Amino acid sequence: MTAVLSTHGLIARYGDFQALYGVDIDLAEGEAVALIGANGAGKSTFLRAVMGLLRVAPDMVRLKGQPIGGMATDRMVQMGISIVPEGRRLFTGMSVEDNLRVAVDQAQRMGRKGGWSLARLQALFPILKDKARTPVESLSGGQQQMVAIGRALLCQPSVLLCDEISLGLAPKVIREIYAALPEIRAQGTAVMLVEQDVGLAQSASDRLYCMLEGRVTLSGRSAEVTRDQIGAAYFGGSHAVV
Amino acid sequence: MQWFDALVQGVLLGGMYAQYALGMALMFGVMRIVNVSHGDLVILLSLIGISLASSFGFGPVTVMVALVPLAVILGWLLQKAILNRVVGDDPLPSLIATFGLSLALQNLMLQIWSANSRSLPGGGIESKSIQIGGIYIGLLPVIVLAFAIGLTFALDLMLKRSRFGRALRAAAADVEAASMTGINPRRVYAAATAIAVGILGFAAVFQSLRSTVAPADGGAQLIYAFEAVIIGGMGSVWGAFIGSMVLGISQAIGFRIDPGFGVLAGHLVFLLVLATRPQGLFGKG
Ligand SMILES: Nc1ncnc2c1ncn2[C@@H]1O[C@H](COP(=O)(O)OP(=O)(O)OP(=O)(O)O)[C@@H](O)[C@H]1O
Ligand SMILES: [Mg+2]
Repeated sequence: MTAVLSTHGLIARYGDFQALYGVDIDLAEGEAVALIGANGAGKSTFLRAVMGLLRVAPDMVRLKGQPIGGMATDRMVQMGISIVPEGRRLFTGMSVEDNLRVAVDQAQRMGRKGGWSLARLQALFPILKDKARTPVESLSGGQQQMVAIGRALLCQPSVLLCDEISLGLAPKVIREIYAALPEIRAQGTAVMLVEQDVGLAQSASDRLYCMLEGRVTLSGRSAEVTRDQIGAAYFGGSHAVV
Repeated sequence: MQWFDALVQGVLLGGMYAQYALGMALMFGVMRIVNVSHGDLVILLSLIGISLASSFGFGPVTVMVALVPLAVILGWLLQKAILNRVVGDDPLPSLIATFGLSLALQNLMLQIWSANSRSLPGGGIESKSIQIGGIYIGLLPVIVLAFAIGLTFALDLMLKRSRFGRALRAAAADVEAASMTGINPRRVYAAATAIAVGILGFAAVFQSLRSTVAPADGGAQLIYAFEAVIIGGMGSVWGAFIGSMVLGISQAIGFRIDPGFGVLAGHLVFLLVLATRPQGLFGKG
Protein backbone atom coordinates (compact mmCIF):
# COMPACT_ATOMS: atom_id res chain seq x y z
CA MET A 1 0.00 0.00 0.00
CA THR A 2 1.26 3.50 -0.77
CA ALA A 3 1.26 6.02 2.03
CA VAL A 4 -1.09 8.98 1.80
CA LEU A 5 0.71 10.70 4.67
CA SER A 6 4.23 9.95 5.83
CA THR A 7 6.88 11.55 8.00
CA HIS A 8 10.60 11.11 7.45
CA GLY A 9 12.99 11.73 10.29
CA LEU A 10 10.58 14.29 11.71
CA ILE A 11 12.25 16.59 14.21
CA ALA A 12 10.47 19.28 16.24
CA ARG A 13 11.57 21.69 18.95
CA TYR A 14 10.06 24.10 21.43
CA GLY A 15 12.85 26.65 21.65
CA ASP A 16 15.88 24.80 23.00
CA PHE A 17 13.87 21.74 23.98
CA GLN A 18 13.81 19.03 21.34
CA ALA A 19 10.49 17.15 21.49
CA LEU A 20 10.75 14.83 18.45
CA TYR A 21 13.89 12.91 17.44
CA GLY A 22 13.44 11.64 13.89
CA VAL A 23 9.96 10.14 13.77
CA ASP A 24 8.99 7.95 10.80
CA ILE A 25 5.28 7.23 10.65
CA ASP A 26 3.04 6.52 7.68
CA LEU A 27 -0.65 6.12 6.94
CA ALA A 28 -2.28 4.43 3.97
CA GLU A 29 -5.55 5.44 2.35
CA GLY A 30 -8.53 4.42 4.49
CA GLU A 31 -6.26 3.01 7.17
CA ALA A 32 -6.71 3.59 10.90
CA VAL A 33 -3.45 3.97 12.76
CA ALA A 34 -3.17 4.48 16.50
CA LEU A 35 -0.42 6.49 18.16
CA ILE A 36 0.00 5.68 21.83
CA GLY A 37 2.47 6.71 24.50
CA ALA A 38 2.71 8.09 28.00
CA ASN A 39 2.12 11.71 28.97
CA GLY A 40 4.71 13.94 27.36
CA ALA A 41 5.84 11.30 24.84
CA GLY A 42 5.35 13.77 21.98
CA LYS A 43 2.09 12.57 20.43
CA SER A 44 0.44 15.98 20.26
CA THR A 45 3.74 17.49 19.16
CA PHE A 46 3.81 15.01 16.29
CA LEU A 47 0.33 16.04 15.15
CA ARG A 48 1.13 19.74 15.53
CA ALA A 49 4.32 19.32 13.52
CA VAL A 50 2.42 17.55 10.74
CA MET A 51 -0.22 20.33 10.70
CA GLY A 52 2.39 23.02 10.20
CA LEU A 53 1.94 24.44 13.69
CA LEU A 54 5.61 23.87 14.46
CA ARG A 55 8.57 24.67 12.26
CA VAL A 56 9.71 21.59 10.32
CA ALA A 57 11.63 21.02 7.07
CA PRO A 58 9.57 20.41 3.90
CA ASP A 59 10.91 16.91 3.30
CA MET A 60 10.00 15.70 6.76
CA VAL A 61 6.27 15.51 5.98
CA ARG A 62 4.90 14.14 2.73
CA LEU A 63 1.36 13.98 1.42
CA LYS A 64 1.04 11.44 -1.40
CA GLY A 65 4.80 11.77 -1.81
CA GLN A 66 4.82 15.58 -2.10
CA PRO A 67 6.90 17.46 0.49
CA ILE A 68 4.57 19.66 2.56
CA GLY A 69 6.39 20.01 5.90
CA GLY A 70 6.07 23.41 7.56
CA MET A 71 3.42 24.80 5.22
CA ALA A 72 0.78 27.09 6.76
CA THR A 73 -1.91 25.19 8.66
CA ASP A 74 -4.73 26.50 6.49
CA ARG A 75 -2.86 25.18 3.44
CA MET A 76 -2.61 21.76 5.10
CA VAL A 77 -6.38 21.76 5.48
CA GLN A 78 -6.74 22.80 1.88
CA MET A 79 -4.61 19.83 0.83
CA GLY A 80 -6.75 17.42 2.81
CA ILE A 81 -5.35 17.06 6.33
CA SER A 82 -7.75 17.84 9.19
CA ILE A 83 -7.24 17.68 12.92
CA VAL A 84 -9.45 17.21 15.96
CA PRO A 85 -7.12 19.06 18.29
CA GLU A 86 -6.23 18.29 21.88
CA GLY A 87 -8.77 20.07 24.09
CA ARG A 88 -11.25 20.39 21.16
CA ARG A 89 -10.61 24.10 20.61
CA LEU A 90 -14.17 24.97 19.59
CA PHE A 91 -15.17 28.52 18.67
CA THR A 92 -16.73 29.76 21.88
CA GLY A 93 -19.47 32.36 21.63
CA MET A 94 -20.71 30.73 18.43
CA SER A 95 -23.57 28.25 18.03
CA VAL A 96 -23.00 24.58 17.28
CA GLU A 97 -24.21 25.12 13.74
CA ASP A 98 -21.97 28.15 13.18
CA ASN A 99 -18.97 26.17 14.44
CA LEU A 100 -19.71 23.57 11.81
CA ARG A 101 -20.58 26.06 9.11
CA VAL A 102 -17.15 27.64 9.41
CA ALA A 103 -15.73 24.37 8.09
CA VAL A 104 -18.41 24.08 5.39
CA ASP A 105 -17.60 27.66 4.31
CA GLN A 106 -13.90 27.03 4.07
CA ALA A 107 -14.25 23.72 2.22
CA GLN A 108 -16.42 25.58 -0.26
CA ARG A 109 -13.94 28.45 -0.56
CA MET A 110 -11.04 26.05 -1.09
CA GLY A 111 -13.00 23.96 -3.56
CA ARG A 112 -12.63 20.80 -1.47
CA LYS A 113 -15.27 18.23 -2.29
CA GLY A 114 -16.09 15.13 -0.33
CA GLY A 115 -18.82 13.05 1.14
CA TRP A 116 -19.57 15.10 4.26
CA SER A 117 -22.46 17.52 4.58
CA LEU A 118 -24.13 19.14 7.55
CA ALA A 119 -27.13 16.84 7.07
CA ARG A 120 -25.03 13.68 6.96
CA LEU A 121 -23.10 14.73 10.03
CA GLN A 122 -26.35 15.40 11.87
CA ALA A 123 -27.47 11.91 10.93
CA LEU A 124 -24.23 10.49 12.34
CA PHE A 125 -24.46 12.54 15.56
CA PRO A 126 -28.16 13.51 15.97
CA ILE A 127 -27.36 15.72 18.95
CA LEU A 128 -25.69 18.18 16.55
CA LYS A 129 -29.10 18.81 15.00
CA ASP A 130 -31.00 19.05 18.30
CA LYS A 131 -28.47 21.51 19.69
CA ALA A 132 -27.78 23.38 16.43
CA ARG A 133 -28.63 26.81 17.88
CA THR A 134 -27.04 26.24 21.28
CA PRO A 135 -23.84 28.09 22.14
CA VAL A 136 -21.12 25.50 21.84
CA GLU A 137 -19.70 26.11 25.33
CA SER A 138 -22.92 24.95 27.00
CA LEU A 139 -22.66 21.43 25.54
CA SER A 140 -21.39 18.44 27.51
CA GLY A 141 -17.86 17.19 26.91
CA GLY A 142 -18.98 14.35 24.66
CA GLN A 143 -21.23 16.61 22.63
CA GLN A 144 -18.41 19.12 22.24
CA GLN A 145 -16.15 16.33 21.01
CA MET A 146 -18.77 15.47 18.38
CA VAL A 147 -18.73 19.09 17.21
CA ALA A 148 -14.93 19.03 17.04
CA ILE A 149 -14.98 15.82 15.00
CA GLY A 150 -17.76 17.17 12.81
CA ARG A 151 -15.86 20.38 12.17
CA ALA A 152 -12.81 18.40 11.06
CA LEU A 153 -14.88 16.10 8.82
CA LEU A 154 -16.63 19.01 7.11
CA CYS A 155 -13.20 20.12 5.86
CA GLN A 156 -13.52 16.97 3.70
CA PRO A 157 -10.19 15.46 4.76
CA SER A 158 -8.33 12.59 3.15
CA VAL A 159 -6.35 12.34 6.40
CA LEU A 160 -8.00 12.88 9.79
CA LEU A 161 -5.81 13.36 12.86
CA CYS A 162 -7.57 12.86 16.23
CA ASP A 163 -5.87 13.91 19.45
CA GLU A 164 -7.25 12.00 22.46
CA ILE A 165 -10.92 12.21 21.51
CA SER A 166 -11.87 9.88 24.38
CA LEU A 167 -10.19 11.94 27.11
CA GLY A 168 -12.46 12.63 30.07
CA LEU A 169 -15.56 11.06 28.52
CA ALA A 170 -17.86 8.37 29.91
CA PRO A 171 -17.44 4.87 28.42
CA LYS A 172 -20.88 5.04 26.80
CA VAL A 173 -20.03 8.31 25.07
CA ILE A 174 -16.64 6.96 23.96
CA ARG A 175 -18.37 3.98 22.36
CA GLU A 176 -20.81 6.32 20.62
CA ILE A 177 -17.96 8.39 19.18
CA TYR A 178 -15.85 5.42 18.15
CA ALA A 179 -18.90 3.86 16.47
CA ALA A 180 -18.61 6.65 13.89
CA LEU A 181 -15.17 5.48 12.83
CA PRO A 182 -16.23 2.88 10.23
CA GLU A 183 -18.37 5.41 8.41
CA ILE A 184 -15.50 7.90 8.38
CA ARG A 185 -13.10 5.30 7.02
CA ALA A 186 -15.62 4.15 4.42
CA GLN A 187 -15.03 7.54 2.78
CA GLY A 188 -11.45 6.46 2.11
CA THR A 189 -10.24 8.79 4.85
CA ALA A 190 -7.10 7.69 6.65
CA VAL A 191 -7.42 8.18 10.40
CA MET A 192 -4.71 8.64 12.99
CA LEU A 193 -5.90 8.12 16.56
CA VAL A 194 -3.78 9.49 19.36
CA GLU A 195 -4.94 7.67 22.47
CA GLN A 196 -3.99 7.14 26.10
CA ASP A 197 -6.34 4.17 26.37
CA VAL A 198 -4.22 1.34 24.94
CA GLY A 199 -7.03 -1.21 24.70
CA LEU A 200 -9.25 1.23 22.84
CA ALA A 201 -6.42 2.24 20.52
CA GLN A 202 -5.60 -1.36 19.75
CA SER A 203 -9.16 -2.43 18.99
CA ALA A 204 -9.96 0.61 16.83
CA SER A 205 -6.87 0.55 14.61
CA ASP A 206 -5.20 -1.55 11.91
CA ARG A 207 -1.69 -0.65 13.00
CA LEU A 208 -0.22 1.17 15.95
CA TYR A 209 2.85 3.12 16.89
CA CYS A 210 4.07 3.69 20.40
CA MET A 211 6.16 6.75 21.25
CA LEU A 212 8.46 7.44 24.15
CA GLU A 213 10.39 10.64 24.74
CA GLY A 214 10.09 11.84 21.15
CA ARG A 215 10.94 8.53 19.47
CA VAL A 216 8.91 5.63 18.05
CA THR A 217 9.60 2.64 20.29
CA LEU A 218 7.14 0.15 18.81
CA SER A 219 5.25 -0.27 15.57
CA GLY A 220 3.20 -3.15 14.20
CA ARG A 221 -0.19 -4.59 13.42
CA SER A 222 -2.60 -3.81 16.25
CA ALA A 223 -3.96 -7.36 16.38
CA GLU A 224 -0.46 -8.82 16.69
CA VAL A 225 1.36 -6.68 19.25
CA THR A 226 1.29 -8.10 22.75
CA ARG A 227 0.65 -6.41 26.07
CA ASP A 228 4.25 -7.06 27.07
CA GLN A 229 5.63 -5.44 23.95
CA ILE A 230 3.45 -2.39 24.51
CA GLY A 231 4.46 -2.27 28.15
CA ALA A 232 8.14 -2.27 27.22
CA ALA A 233 7.66 0.35 24.50
CA TYR A 234 5.61 2.56 26.82
CA PHE A 235 8.11 2.75 29.60
CA GLY A 236 11.45 2.09 27.89
CA GLY A 237 13.37 -0.62 26.07
CA SER A 238 14.57 -0.98 22.52
CA HIS A 239 12.53 -0.42 19.36
CA ALA A 240 10.55 -3.50 18.47
CA VAL A 241 8.93 -4.17 15.09
CA VAL A 242 6.28 -6.87 15.01
CA MET B 1 -39.96 70.53 25.01
CA GLN B 2 -36.45 71.64 25.76
CA TRP B 3 -35.61 68.15 27.03
CA PHE B 4 -37.27 66.45 24.12
CA ASP B 5 -35.23 68.66 21.82
CA ALA B 6 -32.08 67.63 23.72
CA LEU B 7 -33.04 64.00 23.27
CA VAL B 8 -33.47 64.43 19.52
CA GLN B 9 -30.19 66.32 19.17
CA GLY B 10 -28.51 63.65 21.28
CA VAL B 11 -29.72 60.87 19.01
CA LEU B 12 -28.46 62.79 16.00
CA LEU B 13 -25.08 63.34 17.66
CA GLY B 14 -25.07 59.63 18.49
CA GLY B 15 -25.35 58.94 14.76
CA MET B 16 -21.98 60.62 14.28
CA TYR B 17 -20.43 58.74 17.19
CA ALA B 18 -21.79 55.45 15.85
CA GLN B 19 -19.75 55.97 12.70
CA TYR B 20 -16.57 56.16 14.77
CA ALA B 21 -17.68 53.31 17.00
CA LEU B 22 -18.50 50.69 14.35
CA GLY B 23 -14.91 50.21 13.26
CA MET B 24 -13.91 50.07 16.91
CA ALA B 25 -16.63 47.47 17.58
CA LEU B 26 -15.10 45.31 14.89
CA MET B 27 -11.44 45.77 15.87
CA PHE B 28 -11.66 46.04 19.64
CA GLY B 29 -15.00 44.37 20.30
CA VAL B 30 -14.53 41.36 18.04
CA MET B 31 -10.82 41.05 17.19
CA ARG B 32 -9.57 42.41 20.54
CA ILE B 33 -7.07 44.66 18.80
CA VAL B 34 -6.57 48.00 20.52
CA ASN B 35 -6.10 50.58 17.79
CA VAL B 36 -5.01 53.81 19.45
CA SER B 37 -4.69 55.50 16.05
CA HIS B 38 -8.45 55.06 15.38
CA GLY B 39 -9.25 58.75 15.84
CA ASP B 40 -6.13 59.92 14.02
CA LEU B 41 -7.18 57.87 11.01
CA VAL B 42 -10.52 59.73 10.96
CA ILE B 43 -8.66 63.03 11.04
CA LEU B 44 -6.15 61.93 8.40
CA LEU B 45 -8.96 60.86 6.09
CA SER B 46 -10.86 64.09 6.80
CA LEU B 47 -7.85 66.22 5.91
CA ILE B 48 -7.20 64.23 2.74
CA GLY B 49 -10.87 64.71 1.84
CA ILE B 50 -10.69 68.46 2.47
CA SER B 51 -7.55 68.71 0.33
CA LEU B 52 -9.20 66.72 -2.46
CA ALA B 53 -12.16 69.09 -2.33
CA SER B 54 -10.04 72.21 -2.46
CA SER B 55 -7.55 70.94 -5.08
CA PHE B 56 -9.98 69.34 -7.51
CA GLY B 57 -13.22 71.06 -6.57
CA PHE B 58 -14.81 67.76 -5.52
CA GLY B 59 -18.23 67.93 -3.86
CA PRO B 60 -18.91 65.93 -0.68
CA VAL B 61 -20.34 62.95 -2.57
CA THR B 62 -17.28 62.70 -4.83
CA VAL B 63 -15.01 63.05 -1.81
CA MET B 64 -16.83 60.15 -0.18
CA VAL B 65 -16.53 58.01 -3.30
CA ALA B 66 -12.77 58.67 -3.33
CA LEU B 67 -12.21 58.46 0.41
CA VAL B 68 -13.92 55.19 1.31
CA PRO B 69 -11.80 53.02 -1.04
CA LEU B 70 -8.72 54.88 0.14
CA ALA B 71 -9.69 54.14 3.74
CA VAL B 72 -10.16 50.47 2.88
CA ILE B 73 -6.65 50.31 1.42
CA LEU B 74 -5.25 52.17 4.42
CA GLY B 75 -6.89 49.67 6.80
CA TRP B 76 -5.62 46.71 4.83
CA LEU B 77 -2.08 48.15 4.89
CA LEU B 78 -2.34 48.87 8.61
CA GLN B 79 -3.14 45.24 9.34
CA LYS B 80 -0.62 43.79 6.87
CA ALA B 81 2.27 46.04 7.80
CA ILE B 82 1.79 46.47 11.53
CA LEU B 83 -1.03 44.65 13.28
CA ASN B 84 -0.57 41.15 11.82
CA ARG B 85 2.89 41.18 13.36
CA VAL B 86 1.54 41.85 16.82
CA VAL B 87 -1.78 39.98 16.98
CA GLY B 88 -2.13 37.42 19.72
CA ASP B 89 -3.85 36.93 23.02
CA ASP B 90 -1.95 39.80 24.55
CA PRO B 91 -3.48 43.20 23.64
CA LEU B 92 -0.41 45.11 24.79
CA PRO B 93 1.74 44.82 21.60
CA SER B 94 -1.06 46.18 19.40
CA LEU B 95 -1.62 48.98 21.90
CA ILE B 96 2.04 50.00 21.84
CA ALA B 97 2.38 49.68 18.06
CA THR B 98 -0.70 51.79 17.33
CA PHE B 99 0.21 54.31 20.01
CA GLY B 100 3.44 54.87 18.08
CA LEU B 101 1.47 55.10 14.86
CA SER B 102 -0.88 57.62 16.44
CA LEU B 103 2.01 59.91 17.39
CA ALA B 104 3.60 59.51 13.95
CA LEU B 105 0.32 60.30 12.18
CA GLN B 106 -0.29 63.41 14.30
CA ASN B 107 3.16 64.75 13.51
CA LEU B 108 2.82 63.91 9.84
CA MET B 109 -0.51 65.73 9.68
CA LEU B 110 0.95 68.76 11.45
CA GLN B 111 3.75 68.86 8.88
CA ILE B 112 1.42 68.64 5.91
CA TRP B 113 -1.67 70.57 7.04
CA SER B 114 -0.43 72.73 9.96
CA ALA B 115 -2.40 73.02 13.20
CA ASN B 116 -5.28 75.01 11.66
CA SER B 117 -8.86 73.81 11.83
CA ARG B 118 -10.49 73.13 8.49
CA SER B 119 -13.78 71.83 7.24
CA LEU B 120 -15.27 70.38 4.11
CA PRO B 121 -17.57 72.75 2.16
CA GLY B 122 -20.92 71.02 1.82
CA GLY B 123 -22.53 73.33 -0.73
CA GLY B 124 -25.18 74.51 1.72
CA ILE B 125 -26.29 71.08 2.93
CA GLU B 126 -24.67 71.65 6.31
CA SER B 127 -27.00 74.54 7.11
CA LYS B 128 -30.30 73.11 5.83
CA SER B 129 -32.81 72.08 8.42
CA ILE B 130 -36.35 70.87 8.70
CA GLN B 131 -38.85 71.96 11.31
CA ILE B 132 -41.02 69.31 12.91
CA GLY B 133 -43.44 70.43 15.61
CA GLY B 134 -41.35 73.25 16.95
CA ILE B 135 -38.03 71.40 16.76
CA TYR B 136 -35.43 72.25 14.17
CA ILE B 137 -33.64 69.22 12.86
CA GLY B 138 -30.52 69.67 10.74
CA LEU B 139 -30.67 67.81 7.44
CA LEU B 140 -27.02 66.77 7.63
CA PRO B 141 -27.31 65.15 11.08
CA VAL B 142 -30.32 63.20 9.80
CA ILE B 143 -28.28 61.95 6.85
CA VAL B 144 -25.46 61.05 9.24
CA LEU B 145 -27.87 59.06 11.40
CA ALA B 146 -29.34 57.31 8.38
CA PHE B 147 -25.85 56.29 7.22
CA ALA B 148 -25.00 55.11 10.73
CA ILE B 149 -28.10 52.91 10.86
CA GLY B 150 -27.39 51.51 7.39
CA LEU B 151 -23.75 50.77 8.23
CA THR B 152 -24.67 49.14 11.55
CA PHE B 153 -27.27 46.98 9.86
CA ALA B 154 -24.87 45.90 7.12
CA LEU B 155 -21.98 45.21 9.49
CA ASP B 156 -24.16 43.21 11.87
CA LEU B 157 -25.57 41.13 9.04
CA MET B 158 -22.13 40.53 7.59
CA LEU B 159 -20.75 39.41 10.93
CA LYS B 160 -23.65 37.07 11.73
CA ARG B 161 -24.59 35.63 8.38
CA SER B 162 -21.74 35.78 5.91
CA ARG B 163 -18.90 33.36 5.34
CA PHE B 164 -16.46 36.14 6.06
CA GLY B 165 -18.26 37.06 9.29
CA ARG B 166 -18.18 33.49 10.57
CA ALA B 167 -14.51 33.17 9.68
CA LEU B 168 -13.74 36.40 11.53
CA ARG B 169 -15.65 35.36 14.66
CA ALA B 170 -13.91 31.98 14.54
CA ALA B 171 -10.47 33.58 14.22
CA ALA B 172 -11.28 35.99 17.05
CA ALA B 173 -12.31 33.07 19.29
CA ASP B 174 -9.22 30.93 18.56
CA VAL B 175 -6.73 31.89 15.86
CA GLU B 176 -5.02 28.52 15.79
CA ALA B 177 -8.24 26.51 15.71
CA ALA B 178 -9.43 28.77 12.90
CA SER B 179 -6.36 27.93 10.84
CA MET B 180 -7.03 24.23 11.56
CA THR B 181 -10.40 24.77 9.89
CA GLY B 182 -8.83 26.18 6.74
CA ILE B 183 -9.07 29.86 7.60
CA ASN B 184 -6.13 32.10 6.80
CA PRO B 185 -6.37 34.33 9.89
CA ARG B 186 -4.05 37.03 8.58
CA ARG B 187 -6.07 37.47 5.45
CA VAL B 188 -9.34 37.54 7.38
CA TYR B 189 -7.93 40.09 9.83
CA ALA B 190 -6.57 42.25 7.02
CA ALA B 191 -10.01 42.29 5.42
CA ALA B 192 -11.70 43.07 8.74
CA THR B 193 -9.40 46.01 9.46
CA ALA B 194 -9.92 47.20 5.89
CA ILE B 195 -13.66 47.24 6.59
CA ALA B 196 -13.23 48.92 9.99
CA VAL B 197 -11.10 51.73 8.56
CA GLY B 198 -13.30 51.84 5.45
CA ILE B 199 -16.22 52.84 7.67
CA LEU B 200 -14.03 55.66 8.98
CA GLY B 201 -13.99 56.95 5.41
CA PHE B 202 -17.72 57.72 5.78
CA ALA B 203 -17.15 59.11 9.26
CA ALA B 204 -14.38 61.41 7.96
CA VAL B 205 -16.61 63.02 5.34
CA PHE B 206 -19.45 63.61 7.79
CA GLN B 207 -17.16 64.78 10.57
CA SER B 208 -15.55 67.41 8.36
CA LEU B 209 -18.93 68.52 7.00
CA ARG B 210 -20.49 68.83 10.46
CA SER B 211 -17.66 70.66 12.14
CA THR B 212 -13.98 71.46 11.78
CA VAL B 213 -11.02 69.12 12.04
CA ALA B 214 -7.42 69.75 13.09
CA PRO B 215 -4.48 67.28 13.35
CA ALA B 216 -4.71 66.97 17.14
CA ASP B 217 -8.47 66.21 17.27
CA GLY B 218 -8.17 62.42 16.97
CA GLY B 219 -8.03 61.77 20.70
CA ALA B 220 -11.66 62.77 21.26
CA GLN B 221 -12.92 60.47 18.50
CA LEU B 222 -10.89 57.62 19.91
CA ILE B 223 -12.38 58.12 23.37
CA TYR B 224 -15.97 58.42 22.12
CA ALA B 225 -15.64 55.28 20.00
CA PHE B 226 -14.06 53.40 22.86
CA GLU B 227 -16.74 54.50 25.32
CA ALA B 228 -19.55 53.62 22.92
CA VAL B 229 -18.20 50.09 22.43
CA ILE B 230 -17.78 49.54 26.18
CA ILE B 231 -21.23 50.95 26.99
CA GLY B 232 -22.84 48.76 24.34
CA GLY B 233 -20.87 45.62 25.18
CA MET B 234 -17.89 43.97 23.49
CA GLY B 235 -18.62 42.01 20.36
CA SER B 236 -22.06 43.48 19.69
CA VAL B 237 -22.42 45.76 16.66
CA TRP B 238 -25.88 47.02 17.60
CA GLY B 239 -24.55 47.38 21.13
CA ALA B 240 -21.96 49.84 19.83
CA PHE B 241 -24.73 51.71 18.02
CA ILE B 242 -26.86 51.93 21.16
CA GLY B 243 -23.75 52.87 23.15
CA SER B 244 -23.22 55.76 20.73
CA MET B 245 -26.81 56.88 21.27
CA VAL B 246 -26.38 56.76 25.05
CA LEU B 247 -23.23 58.83 24.73
CA GLY B 248 -24.82 61.35 22.34
CA ILE B 249 -27.96 61.76 24.48
CA SER B 250 -25.92 62.12 27.69
CA GLN B 251 -23.81 64.84 26.11
CA ALA B 252 -26.81 66.70 24.67
CA ILE B 253 -28.69 66.64 27.96
CA GLY B 254 -25.55 67.57 29.88
CA PHE B 255 -25.09 70.49 27.51
CA ARG B 256 -28.61 71.75 28.29
CA ILE B 257 -27.87 71.64 31.98
CA ASP B 258 -24.67 73.58 31.49
CA PRO B 259 -22.79 74.09 28.19
CA GLY B 260 -19.53 73.21 29.91
CA PHE B 261 -20.97 69.97 31.30
CA GLY B 262 -21.85 68.27 27.98
CA VAL B 263 -18.73 66.19 27.27
CA LEU B 264 -18.23 65.46 30.95
CA ALA B 265 -21.80 64.13 31.24
CA GLY B 266 -20.95 61.59 28.55
CA HIS B 267 -17.88 60.42 30.45
CA LEU B 268 -19.87 60.20 33.69
CA VAL B 269 -22.52 57.98 32.10
CA PHE B 270 -19.72 55.84 30.69
CA LEU B 271 -18.23 55.44 34.18
CA LEU B 272 -21.67 54.70 35.59
CA VAL B 273 -22.18 51.88 33.08
CA LEU B 274 -18.68 50.57 33.74
CA ALA B 275 -19.39 50.50 37.48
CA THR B 276 -22.86 48.96 37.36
CA ARG B 277 -22.72 46.78 34.25
CA PRO B 278 -19.08 46.23 33.24
CA GLN B 279 -19.99 43.81 30.46
CA GLY B 280 -21.96 46.62 28.76
CA LEU B 281 -25.66 46.92 27.99
CA PHE B 282 -25.65 44.15 25.37
CA GLY B 283 -22.67 42.16 26.62
CA LYS B 284 -23.05 38.63 27.87
CA GLY B 285 -22.20 37.41 31.34
N1 LIG C 1 4.40 24.62 24.10
C1 LIG C 1 5.39 23.88 24.62
N2 LIG C 1 6.53 24.46 25.01
C2 LIG C 1 7.54 23.71 25.53
N3 LIG C 1 7.50 22.39 25.69
C3 LIG C 1 6.38 21.76 25.30
C4 LIG C 1 5.26 22.47 24.75
N4 LIG C 1 4.30 21.57 24.47
C5 LIG C 1 4.77 20.38 24.83
N5 LIG C 1 6.02 20.48 25.32
C6 LIG C 1 6.86 19.37 25.78
O1 LIG C 1 7.05 18.49 24.69
C7 LIG C 1 6.97 17.15 25.14
C8 LIG C 1 5.91 16.41 24.35
O2 LIG C 1 4.66 16.96 24.69
P1 LIG C 1 3.32 16.51 23.97
O3 LIG C 1 2.26 17.46 24.39
O4 LIG C 1 3.57 16.34 22.53
O5 LIG C 1 3.08 15.10 24.64
P2 LIG C 1 1.85 14.12 24.48
O6 LIG C 1 2.40 12.81 24.08
O7 LIG C 1 0.81 14.71 23.62
O8 LIG C 1 1.33 14.03 25.97
P3 LIG C 1 -0.17 13.97 26.54
O9 LIG C 1 -0.58 12.55 26.48
O10 LIG C 1 -0.01 14.45 27.95
O11 LIG C 1 -1.03 14.86 25.73
C9 LIG C 1 6.71 17.20 26.63
O12 LIG C 1 7.93 17.03 27.30
C10 LIG C 1 6.18 18.57 26.86
O13 LIG C 1 6.52 19.04 28.14
MG1 LIG D 1 -1.10 15.37 23.91
